[in-house]
Amino acid sequence: MSLYSFAINTSARVVPMHWQIRGVEALLKLKKHTIGERPVPTFVEAKVPDVESLALDEIDVSNPFLFRQNQWQAYFKRLRDEAPVHYQKNSPFGPFWSVTRYEDIVYVDKNHELFSAEPIIFLGDRPEGLALETFIAMDPPKHDVQRKAVQGVVAPQNLKQMEALIRQRAAEVLDSLPLDQPFDWVQKVSIELTGRMLATLLDFPYDKRHLLTYWSDLIGGMPETTGGEFGDKEEIFAAAKDMCRHFAALWYDKKARQDAGERPGFDLISLMQNSDDSKNLIERPLEFMGNLSLLIVGGNDTTRNSMTGGVLALHHNPDQFAKLKAEPALIPNMVSEIIRWQTPLAYMRRVATQDVELGGQTIKKGDKVLMWYVSGNRDERKIEKPDAFIIDRKGARNHLSFGFGIHRCMGNRLAEMQLRILWEELLKRFDTIEVVGEPERVQSNFVKGYSRMMVKLSAKAGGPLDAS
Amino acid sequence: MASITFIEHDGTEHAVSIEPGQSLMQLASDNLVPGIDADCGGECACGTCHVIVAPRWFDHTGSISADERQMLAMTPEAEPTSRLACQIKASASLDGMTVRLPEFQM
Repeated sequence: MSLYSFAINTSARVVPMHWQIRGVEALLKLKKHTIGERPVPTFVEAKVPDVESLALDEIDVSNPFLFRQNQWQAYFKRLRDEAPVHYQKNSPFGPFWSVTRYEDIVYVDKNHELFSAEPIIFLGDRPEGLALETFIAMDPPKHDVQRKAVQGVVAPQNLKQMEALIRQRAAEVLDSLPLDQPFDWVQKVSIELTGRMLATLLDFPYDKRHLLTYWSDLIGGMPETTGGEFGDKEEIFAAAKDMCRHFAALWYDKKARQDAGERPGFDLISLMQNSDDSKNLIERPLEFMGNLSLLIVGGNDTTRNSMTGGVLALHHNPDQFAKLKAEPALIPNMVSEIIRWQTPLAYMRRVATQDVELGGQTIKKGDKVLMWYVSGNRDERKIEKPDAFIIDRKGARNHLSFGFGIHRCMGNRLAEMQLRILWEELLKRFDTIEVVGEPERVQSNFVKGYSRMMVKLSAKAGGPLDAS
Repeated sequence: MASITFIEHDGTEHAVSIEPGQSLMQLASDNLVPGIDADCGGECACGTCHVIVAPRWFDHTGSISADERQMLAMTPEAEPTSRLACQIKASASLDGMTVRLPEFQM
């Protein structure tokens, strides 16, 4: 633990967390005026060059406009074919390796002793003053203890209890959608449904659920970590303070109710309070906030963009939509295919703990390594017709989007369930789901997602929304 | 015919004949036993071929690597005789073994 973390965690016993953040912010301002800030890269959108016009060492897949301009496929295909373990030494985020073939990615993901997940899974380092600690970016044994403390919240047994509630909330959202006129699917469906889900998992005040998605967008969208758009430090610190205030209040409220004899709920904070390893987590603010951030980011961009991506994939493949309508039992398999096809989080970062030979290259101890799931999921060596969207694909579950090994996505079953319910409820109500125009994509090298997608629905004859 | 029996969570039994050298996960997949997902295809890296071995057979299933132990520790449904089916090699000496499937794979 750094001296800085030690000081924060020690003082947390007497000082509220949001005061601490105010203190850190003041210190950073002072530092800015005296010794200067750590430089933060700025990204101005320019046309992404044709990959064939570049020499191999000029290829920089950290460019946050690669996904926004939908140019990523050609870039990663070239790397897979010509430089499957590729070094870029001059990116705005510093030097890094890209691993782009399926088998090599599984190797890196599995060998957590060779490739450390610490201190963070984004390409860029954490912003000064916000060095949150989360178990996705911890190695064993600490990782194992912290993950265990919270994984019950998304365990299948718990999900079974929640399924009816999730279905009811999905139905409410779908029943309120306009028919026969374009609307933004991202805002009205994807964000709305994931926000409701997060509020349920955290038992967060339902009427303030938009805060969860807002915080998540900020955390995942900082320029220094992912090349994102949210560079306003004052806004970020204000949000961090607000988030601390809300979660500390939630923690103490739950604790007081439990101390008064109320039965603990199945929500995340109650689970933390009832595990010996995390019952005092509030006294370790960087971990407390870090793990909450992980859960809200992990449950936000991922499912949101798969909800949007599935609609887009079916729009481009009308034969698959016809197949789906004829055979709704394909939904679970299609959900895996959507998660592969979309790959909402493009990579995870590791750091080599020793020199490692991979793909004929030597990755040096201390080097950053990105496992590009988005590329492995399109690797012709492993997956037949990888760019095609095939809802009854054989082996659809063998995708990389959840990662493999000890950091494998904890919420995978929840994600699959949410998507399955969404499609079951959509098929009951709508005959056509038409994408109008091109979607707008997110600026990021990490989140492969959509900021806006206009969609037009028509009611299914004889369905619950049929007015005739 | 030497066989191993997979018992689904609801009690449905599937006896499959032993192909020596194959993993239990492959046997289950080849015989379409439901409830084994095997997302990673046998890499000991996803935990979705979790089975619970009948206690008296447990010592016959071979040693457990650190990797497997770690993946098993991640499922809340793990029991003392839990194994990953992809890490058990089928052989004639396992004739008559029964393994239960958990209610859910994680």
